[in-house]
Amino acid sequence: MIIAERKPIKELLEMLAGHDRVLLVGCKGCVTVCNAGGVREVGVLASALRIARRRQGRPIEIDEMTLDRQCEPEFISWLEEPLRENGYTAVMSAACSVGPQYIAERFDNVAVMPALNTKFIGGTLEHGVWAEFCRACGNCGIHNFGGLCPITRCSKGLLHGPCAGSSGGKCEVRPEVDCIWHLIYTRMKNLGQVDKLKALKPAKNWSGYWSGGVRRVVREDLTL
Amino acid sequence: MKAGSNLERLLKSGQFTITAEFVPPATGDRGLIERQARYFKGHVDAVSVADNMGAVVGTASCAVSKALLDLGLEPIMSLVTRDRNRIALQSDLLGASLLGIRNVFCTTGDHQKFGDHPEALNVYDIDSVQLVNAVRGLSDSGKLLGGAVCDKAGSFFVGAAANPFGDPADLMILRLGQKVRAGADFIQSQPVFDLEKFGHWVQLAREEGLIEKCFILATVMPLRSAREARAINERRRGIEVSKEIIARLEGVPEPEQAREGLRICAEQIQALKEMKGVQGVHIMSAGREEVIPELIKESGLETARARD
Ligand code: SF4
Ligand code: SF4
Repeated sequence: MIIAERKPIKELLEMLAGHDRVLLVGCKGCVTVCNAGGVREVGVLASALRIARRRQGRPIEIDEMTLDRQCEPEFISWLEEPLRENGYTAVMSAACSVGPQYIAERFDNVAVMPALNTKFIGGTLEHGVWAEFCRACGNCGIHNFGGLCPITRCSKGLLHGPCAGSSGGKCEVRPEVDCIWHLIYTRMKNLGQVDKLKALKPAKNWSGYWSGGVRRVVREDLTL
Repeated sequence: MKAGSNLERLLKSGQFTITAEFVPPATGDRGLIERQARYFKGHVDAVSVADNMGAVVGTASCAVSKALLDLGLEPIMSLVTRDRNRIALQSDLLGASLLGIRNVFCTTGDHQKFGDHPEALNVYDIDSVQLVNAVRGLSDSGKLLGGAVCDKAGSFFVGAAANPFGDPADLMILRLGQKVRAGADFIQSQPVFDLEKFGHWVQLAREEGLIEKCFILATVMPLRSAREARAINERRRGIEVSKEIIARLEGVPEPEQAREGLRICAEQIQALKEMKGVQGVHIMSAGREEVIPELIKESGLETARARD
């Protein structure tokens, strides 16, 4: 899923300066699972912002609403009525950054701001800890590496084994993180596939990545 | 002779070869480069010019290599894949060829987190093995990675790095094998502070049949003090100073430790000269180029240099 993290209150207050009536919109998708922008987090954030603004001597009205998903226009349309009826000057989206962009494209007359930092495609390691697993390079090749991704999980994206900084199974760039090459090698050894690692890999084709320009997936069989 | 460089000629003639590292400062002052160059001239066989070493900005390795060439030195231009994509790297290689630079050394480079621009975007379009392979292709057939063939691309003597001290040992040998198969002519090791461990790695490389396919240069690094040695170990970035060396440095008063460090390094050079499969040493002086002449003298290799 997409892992996101709430921005610091101070930064959010700066964004909201000059706005007194705001709609805070959460999302029931990934950001609910990673405890960043679900119903509960929207409630907590709204209270925190209200209290902070009261302290600043400029109270703010914040209404809360959480959509099933903000990454689909169909759900974004649910915002039409509240935005028309309630005179909000700003919408703060607590979804991954797809949400605020959909809202901005759809509604001309409100300011739109992100409440979250969208971090990466990842998974849960333990309660309250998430890690990155995929950079969405557009051309998955992890079967060549025992099912583990060196492009994402090696800090240098190396395809031919560890750099000299790998030490004690940890990555020199982030010592709290495993050197993925250590894990890949151990796994390939267990699988009896070390020879597969010896082979020279050609320079990667990055055109399916962001390097190829803004990406799209079109499924002819599904288009209307 | 593939590339026709002096370094290639020396290594192929079987002579024990000495190279040293030069980390260019960030300067546009040719005079400064020339003043630094006097520590190499007449003392070493080739000078390896770092490419933004440690992810700290320094003057371009290509330009500094040319400046050294003008002074009659033999440069080895380093190229890291951290900062440039395959387009820029191949363009730099052709530029180097045009300037008369015949040796290149390919690595991935330190992560920018450790440098003076930790907020920079990195590139890592290709890795060091792929860069070696790209240089080889360009050198042998003028072929670019994209498939086009250039006219008179020039030939290079290609170097790559190896880590004899990483874990597990067989993975380190696998890495060496990849670099040799990708086309590396010579290999520079990580700094050696444990001769026994290094000897073991050379032995493993020999068993894999890799020693005959490349020239091994063992990197040596004169230590300034026991404190520096301990700091290196604390950083734990793939270099480890042995307990024996630290104990020896601690055994003399602090002001004399740099002198002792030089002596230890000179002894290592002598030992490496006798080690089968090792074809030379690479001196990493970590910005203290001025110690090189004394180190060479201390190691007893000075006469050999003077004879050439
Ligand atoms: S190879 Fe590409 S798609 Fe597959 S996990 Fe790695 S980054 Fe993601
Ligand atoms: S230590 Fe391992 S994960 Fe980190 S950059 Fe080096 S090879 Fe990649």
